[in-house]
Amino acid sequence: MNVELLVNQLVIGITIGSYLALIALGYTMVYGILELINFAHGDIFAFGFLFSLTVLQFLNLEYPLSVPQIISILGPVMVLTMLAAGLLNVFIDRVAYRPLRNAPRLAPLITAVGASFALENLFAIWKGPSQIFYPPYVPRVDILREWLGIDTIIGFSTTDLMLLIVTIPLMILLSVFVRRTKLGKAMRATAQDREAAAMMGINVERVIMSTFFIGGALAGAAGMVFGLYLNTGRYLMGFEAGLMAFTAAVLGGIGNIAGAVLGGYFIGIFKALSDLYLPSEWTRAVVFAILVLVLVFRPAGLLGQATQEKV
Amino acid sequence: MVQKLLAFLPEDRRQRQVLLGAVGIIIFLTYPFIDRALGLELLGSLVAGLIFVILALGLNIVVGFAGLLDLGYAAFFAIGAYTMGIFTWPNLGLEWSFWVVIWICAVVAAICGMIIGAPTLRLRGDYLAIVTLAFGEIVPTVIRNLDDLTIRIPFTSIYLVKDLNLTNGPQGLNPVGRPSLFGFEFGFDPLHWWYLVVILGVFVIIAERRLENSRLGRAWMAIREDEIAADAMGVDPIRTKLLAFALGASFSGFAGAIYASMIQAIFPELFRFQVSIFLLIIVILSGMGNVYGVLVGGLLLTILDRVLIAIWIPQWQASLAKALGWSWLTAIDLREWRWVLFGVGLILIMVWRPEGLFPSAARKAELHEHEWEEMGAEA
Repeated sequence: MNVELLVNQLVIGITIGSYLALIALGYTMVYGILELINFAHGDIFAFGFLFSLTVLQFLNLEYPLSVPQIISILGPVMVLTMLAAGLLNVFIDRVAYRPLRNAPRLAPLITAVGASFALENLFAIWKGPSQIFYPPYVPRVDILREWLGIDTIIGFSTTDLMLLIVTIPLMILLSVFVRRTKLGKAMRATAQDREAAAMMGINVERVIMSTFFIGGALAGAAGMVFGLYLNTGRYLMGFEAGLMAFTAAVLGGIGNIAGAVLGGYFIGIFKALSDLYLPSEWTRAVVFAILVLVLVFRPAGLLGQATQEKV
Repeated sequence: MVQKLLAFLPEDRRQRQVLLGAVGIIIFLTYPFIDRALGLELLGSLVAGLIFVILALGLNIVVGFAGLLDLGYAAFFAIGAYTMGIFTWPNLGLEWSFWVVIWICAVVAAICGMIIGAPTLRLRGDYLAIVTLAFGEIVPTVIRNLDDLTIRIPFTSIYLVKDLNLTNGPQGLNPVGRPSLFGFEFGFDPLHWWYLVVILGVFVIIAERRLENSRLGRAWMAIREDEIAADAMGVDPIRTKLLAFALGASFSGFAGAIYASMIQAIFPELFRFQVSIFLLIIVILSGMGNVYGVLVGGLLLTILDRVLIAIWIPQWQASLAKALGWSWLTAIDLREWRWVLFGVGLILIMVWRPEGLFPSAARKAELHEHEWEEMGAEA
């Protein structure tokens, strides 16, 4: 057993886990409040990828960018992407979920599938059905080997670093927001008991809207860093990433914010290890097998509390 | 409008059903000749479309009767088709008779339905949806990778199977065996298949109508409306749901078998997520749970998808563009947009008319329960 190879896969797992965790947060927040699986959430991630790519192509930059350029150009583009992705998610809620707030549970789930399906195929028309190239705006330099001169097969490059620099502060920011701000408190109250929260004077619809906005913005950011990190994508990328992230959210305990992050890293590492030992086509099957096992044996997830279904 | 049309029919319900059924059967039996006489050449598209209607009828058991949202129904279709392919593909040397294998297909699909159902049917509805979605994704992946199968008994060097090309990977199985009946060989002519598919359709509809009014059918509806209450009344939820999964899957096993034999070449790509969604749209648009509704809705959507969008509208577009000199008109390809339209359609139906176009009375009452409660509260 080669230890360096294992560490290398762990590093990959942690980088993949970072963007999966960011997507999983959106699933878990919406589920916490509405008990709805927002199927279209993965497609918001794909939207972040496509939208940021379109903006960057419009700016007509020469890549790779220098460090000041990365901060001064990619920073604002990311803010713009997050804004657009957040608004798209709010729009989906408005059109597909809000009219069905009191309908049987299956109804918004069906519209969610419809929204996801419509978005995916819009993306296919927008950017074509084949693989999309995302230019390597952030140069990929191997930090350990080239800068530090360590002879190792463990790869940790500038793009990995970029991914961590973007995703981890966003997660910390979200957790501070949910814990420390008034709106965050309102979110937690709404998640606990929507009716009681409404009676306490919380504008529930506004809380739901902000939840969708924040979740969408995080997924949008994930989509952009994914593009900068892997340099390739496809109109269906949201479908797969969405399923992985949903599995992460369930693994961590759906509705639980820390759980979503933990689940994201778990799934990232599982995925990387499965790539090491099995042909890569099986990765999805492995992740779905985890999903089924978790749902059957510990439906509350790692950090969630078991709830009894009420009449 | 429907009311006005119905006014022309006999008063008695039974007579009315017989009359409508007879008209329907006559249309189906004579359609190939009408098609040929009018020179429509739509038979090929419609035969394939009818198979999707049969699939939708199978999905109707799961989604409509039992209320279980299955997003991976195409997987059972794939399993049926590939079972037919494996048993009749010349390269594997089995080449069994179509009439034997079609039953095997149904049984294999039903067993797969039970295998996926057994661990997951305990889950709540929305989790079940995502697990079936995952299953629908895994099946084509597995099929694509079963082109070099080796099974060894662990810790020994005895190979049960070595380097077996079971599914021929992404290239798919071609050719698939065709049926022959009393010396008549089925060929590429869609006319040969039309009657076989219609017979299967009639069989499925009769089976489903019988199921609907059976003890099991009523148990499904009880589960759909309130699982906890049904459980308390002595309906075993797991067993009941499992039977819904198995029966629904077996219908798609039949449909998959005929489909594979008809199109002669099957690939994993034929059974993607789109198929599951298209079937779901048929069931929901038509009114979940209503057998005849699904039949009519399925036919309408199939004609829309396979005839109007795929054949006629592009022709009209081309001739209109030519007549008016609008070259930009030909640039809009509705075929590209059809999945977007279906996705948006799914949202619109659920928001505006969740009971579908032809609702069954029970389902309609269920979906508008909250409105009644609200009205009661106001009054």
